Amino acid sequence: MSTYWQNYFKKNGLALGLFMLLAVLIWTLVMIILPQLYMMDFSFRANVPPPQWGSETHVYTLEHYRYLIYGNVNSTDAINYIDLGVFGRTILASIFVTLIDVCLCYPVAYYLAHVAKGGWGRLMVMSLIIPFWVNELLRAFAFKVMFGTGGVINDVLIALGILDQPYDFIRENTALYSGLVYAYILLMIFPIYNAVESLDKNQIEAARDMGSPWWRIHWRVVIPHAKPGITSGCTMVFMLTAGALAAPQILGGPSSLWFTQLVYKWFNNSANWARGSAYALVLLILCIVFVLLMMRFFKVKLGEIAK
Amino acid sequence: MSADVKLEDVWIRFGEFVAAREVNIHIQEGEFFSFLGPSGCGKTTLLRAVSGFLSPSEGKVLIGGNDMAGIGPNKRPTALIFQNLALFPLMKVWENIAFALEVKGVGKAERRKRADELLELIALPDQGDKMVNELSGGQKQRVAIARALAAEPDVLLLDEPLSALDLKLRQHMRTELRAIQQRVGITFIYITHDQGEALTMSDHVAVMSQGVIEQVSDGNTIYDSPESSFVASFVGENNHFAGTVTHVDGDFVVVDTPSGSIRARNIEREGQKQLQSGDEAMVFIRPESLQFCDNQSFDNTLNAVVERQEFEGNFWHVFLDVEGSSRTVSLSMVNDGSSVVHDVGTSAKIGCNAPLAVALPAGSLAAE
Amino acid sequence: MISDRIRQFFVLFFVIGFFIYLFGPLIIMGLTAFNTSAFPRVTPWECFTVEWFEVLANDKRLLEGLRNSFLIGFGVVCFAVPLGLAGALMLMQVKDRVRPWYYTVVISPILVPGVVLGISTLLFWDRVGLMFGASRDSIFYNGFFLTIVGQSTFIAAYTMLVFISRLQRFDPAQEEAALDLGATHVQSFRKVLLPFLKPAIASATVLAFLASFENYNTTVFTSIGTSVLTTVLASKVRYGIDPSISALAVSIVVLTIFGAAMHEVFKRREEAEAKQAGLVAAGLQEKKKVQRQWFVDPAVIIILLVFIAGLGTAFFAGTMGVDECKVAVKEQKQAATKKRVEALQKRNQEREAAEKAAAEAKRLERSQRTGTENFNTIFSNENLKPQPGKKADTPRTGTENFSGIFDSGNLQQQAGQEDEAPTGTENFQGIFSSDNLQQQSGQEQPETEDANQ
Ligand SMILES: Nc1ncnc2c1ncn2[C@@H]1O[C@H](COP(=O)(O)OP(=O)(O)OP(=O)(O)O)[C@@H](O)[C@H]1O
Ligand SMILES: [Mg+2]
Repeated sequence: MSTYWQNYFKKNGLALGLFMLLAVLIWTLVMIILPQLYMMDFSFRANVPPPQWGSETHVYTLEHYRYLIYGNVNSTDAINYIDLGVFGRTILASIFVTLIDVCLCYPVAYYLAHVAKGGWGRLMVMSLIIPFWVNELLRAFAFKVMFGTGGVINDVLIALGILDQPYDFIRENTALYSGLVYAYILLMIFPIYNAVESLDKNQIEAARDMGSPWWRIHWRVVIPHAKPGITSGCTMVFMLTAGALAAPQILGGPSSLWFTQLVYKWFNNSANWARGSAYALVLLILCIVFVLLMMRFFKVKLGEIAK
Repeated sequence: MSADVKLEDVWIRFGEFVAAREVNIHIQEGEFFSFLGPSGCGKTTLLRAVSGFLSPSEGKVLIGGNDMAGIGPNKRPTALIFQNLALFPLMKVWENIAFALEVKGVGKAERRKRADELLELIALPDQGDKMVNELSGGQKQRVAIARALAAEPDVLLLDEPLSALDLKLRQHMRTELRAIQQRVGITFIYITHDQGEALTMSDHVAVMSQGVIEQVSDGNTIYDSPESSFVASFVGENNHFAGTVTHVDGDFVVVDTPSGSIRARNIEREGQKQLQSGDEAMVFIRPESLQFCDNQSFDNTLNAVVERQEFEGNFWHVFLDVEGSSRTVSLSMVNDGSSVVHDVGTSAKIGCNAPLAVALPAGSLAAE
Repeated sequence: MISDRIRQFFVLFFVIGFFIYLFGPLIIMGLTAFNTSAFPRVTPWECFTVEWFEVLANDKRLLEGLRNSFLIGFGVVCFAVPLGLAGALMLMQVKDRVRPWYYTVVISPILVPGVVLGISTLLFWDRVGLMFGASRDSIFYNGFFLTIVGQSTFIAAYTMLVFISRLQRFDPAQEEAALDLGATHVQSFRKVLLPFLKPAIASATVLAFLASFENYNTTVFTSIGTSVLTTVLASKVRYGIDPSISALAVSIVVLTIFGAAMHEVFKRREEAEAKQAGLVAAGLQEKKKVQRQWFVDPAVIIILLVFIAGLGTAFFAGTMGVDECKVAVKEQKQAATKKRVEALQKRNQEREAAEKAAAEAKRLERSQRTGTENFNTIFSNENLKPQPGKKADTPRTGTENFSGIFDSGNLQQQAGQEDEAPTGTENFQGIFSSDNLQQQSGQEQPETEDANQ
């Protein structure tokens, strides 16, 4: 080990070597690992006022996790239908949003990579980055403007005679789901586009030459090739959707909370940081499990997911 | 200034893998010394040990008589020309050349002056303000040399600097390099896997195989009197015949091979004759040492059938199926207009005299 | 072959639809910033105006948030870019055995939800502050510090990825060559590696700033009390909306597009350089400098388009008399309202008459029942009669209901505040929004109010 460090400093010199070492230590330890560990520890402690943190009243307890599963002690329900329901709904809706995104993005990515040619194609790809750089909140706001009861969509539908009175898209969560699908769609399209683009066109032509129908070409040639991109896109979209806060806050219907909103609630409105941490940890674990599943099922490496 | 380089019992290991095994070499000051060997035999590794990028696992590197252990590459009196040149693409040509002066804190005017002098030396005057990308391959080559010379090293290390060039340019650069070396008079250690390069330019050549130095000699000796079967097969073309030594006769041995018995020189290594009666041996005969017998008589004759002939202007290459040997034997003769051309399929006797045949202990051969 | 055609057509249609989906919302949002309507909308289009930008420019809280966001963005750039650089350099050097672990750790902030990062940062530094016995106004409880640290945690990973992709093209022999020529490590870093990394540094800087500028999930937890653009924006968007937010959106979009385009230009130029270097190395092409194709770069085209659009907007705003248009629209609206009111009155009268008749008829048959419906109709009737004189003092509750209906987040927030039973208020909300009549009146009120001012 000591020879390793000798070599390290020999290679980088003292000043640079120290800088790199220090920076990396601060980043990994002080910014990434310790805060997560501390949050974990905190989530297992009783909710006491801040001055008592670390004192003997700040005891270890499973109370917050118990609460997530069984609800209030006084509650008569067998389990905490509300919070678990929110959790389940968040997962299901995130999966749903992810699937929609794949279905939307794959054809477009393929089109951009192999059909659209020349300047137009390039411009289209370039223009994709614009919505990507627009703030998440503003994207949600745009959907609110569109889907509101006095929004364009309602007005147009009424003008066309499809509706006779405004439809409350927000209440029905249509706005939320379209907003979420929209929010991270570019994290789906770019990896798929990159993957599909690297496919040698000759392979497609060879398959066509052998009389393969178009769907089979996609199924057997293009999609397998794009698999790492699709996996990466799905992972990113799922994680960001499940962890989204802005879109649900702005577009969510009154009867449908998002799991992150519960976390937010414990922190900001109920001042129960411990419970908030517990909920956040559950969210984190969900995400870790999801990434691991994706890596296992699609046999990709972590480096391929976080492009 | 110039310095000698000494490697004493140098071993270099990467984990389990041994990249250099018990290397002992003394490179005289002011000489042009080449390392020759197939790809992956450890040439670059040895050079990196000399320049200080890695420390030998065992043994010593001495430059100018000083032990270099613990001295970093920026403190050694060596300059390395990298296999891929490693010019700085974001600097101008003259800035590249003057880099060694820049890091020493030499003023700009002085740097520019020195760079121009060196540009003169490498025959690239007035090209200092170009970017590196704007130079041709051969020019880049010369800039890399100038950049290394600007550091005023005692030893210049060159790692296959010509490998990326085309044949013509390579031949041109060989003469140029040799001329530069003679002009500046410092020690050049040169790495190559091109034997032509090694043989034409060097005062001494070390032939390497799998981390082991097989032979260190001047070019002639390497070619005419290889000390191991690897050197014999690696340097130049060679036909070989395996057999057993039947008896030793002064400087010669007689080897019994399936193609008949062959009388050949018994090569010395470290002052000792290598073959004894009864040893497994290999006889090497170069294509140009073989001739069709026609009417002459030779020390050794072999029965053969002509398989194929290739005409190459100044040479005829003839490939023969020799009785008792499963490999094709090649023979080349100068096209002096008088050679009798043998038709394909005809049988012929070929021969060679004993001083031109070399007998060595059986051992590994260079991959073909 | 015909089916091929149809398929191609279908795919094209799909792609066009996709792009409409992608840009439609943004464009519509952008347009609402220029409509005089007090509610962000494009239909009906009233008058072209830039007054919402003025409203925006006078919004103190927002400006403060903007300033803070800039400061934080600057801090993040100073902090995250060196971290990412060190992280990337380290990655190239760690032992093979350690590398996957190290990579997992440094890449994980990208995959961890922003909310979690924000919370853990907040908690951790709170704890550290406690350990040092620091006071509440020390750095550990400072929104700037926490936000910079929290954001840098994952932004450093972004910048690291930028550096890695550049470093992969770096020839380590160059650094060795520098050392071999007598440079110290610091010299070789400064004179060889850093110039090589310059484009990546520029690109990472832009990336870090933009990412910081628009981050919400982490910031909302770490900013404690400091108003930052995104948190101000979020509260504005959640608690009632007006077109000044659209105006803000337009400004930010233009700015970010500009930034993003710069980022893209850096990236493209670097890619072109890499390609060129590859070609030269392959001997396919000699010399020729990388051409800076400013005018054909799509990013530049986009910037130009945005710029032209901006100019055009300003021009129109100058030429078209906003005030005249407003007056015209007001008159139009008043006329429309009057008409609608008359129509309603007429309808009500008719209905009343009909009901009377029906009641009469009923009474003839059974004389004991009085319709509660009658009461209802009368009630709503009164509410719906916006007498021109009465408009100004229409009860404020009306508008509040209005915002409540649109801003479901608002009510949801209220619901969230009720600790144990978020469902409780939902029904409440249901009553409001399902009531159609009220919604109609709600929509009219702010406009008429506005017109009367
Ligand atoms: N850092 C290293 N770690 C492990 N093995 C190494 C390392 N460097 C070199 N080797 C191994 O050592 C052997 C010798 O490598 P070296 O680069 O010296 O070859 P070479 O003779 O210069 O070949 P070439 O002519 O292709 O340049 C090779 O088998 C190589 O794989
Ligand atoms: Mg080599």
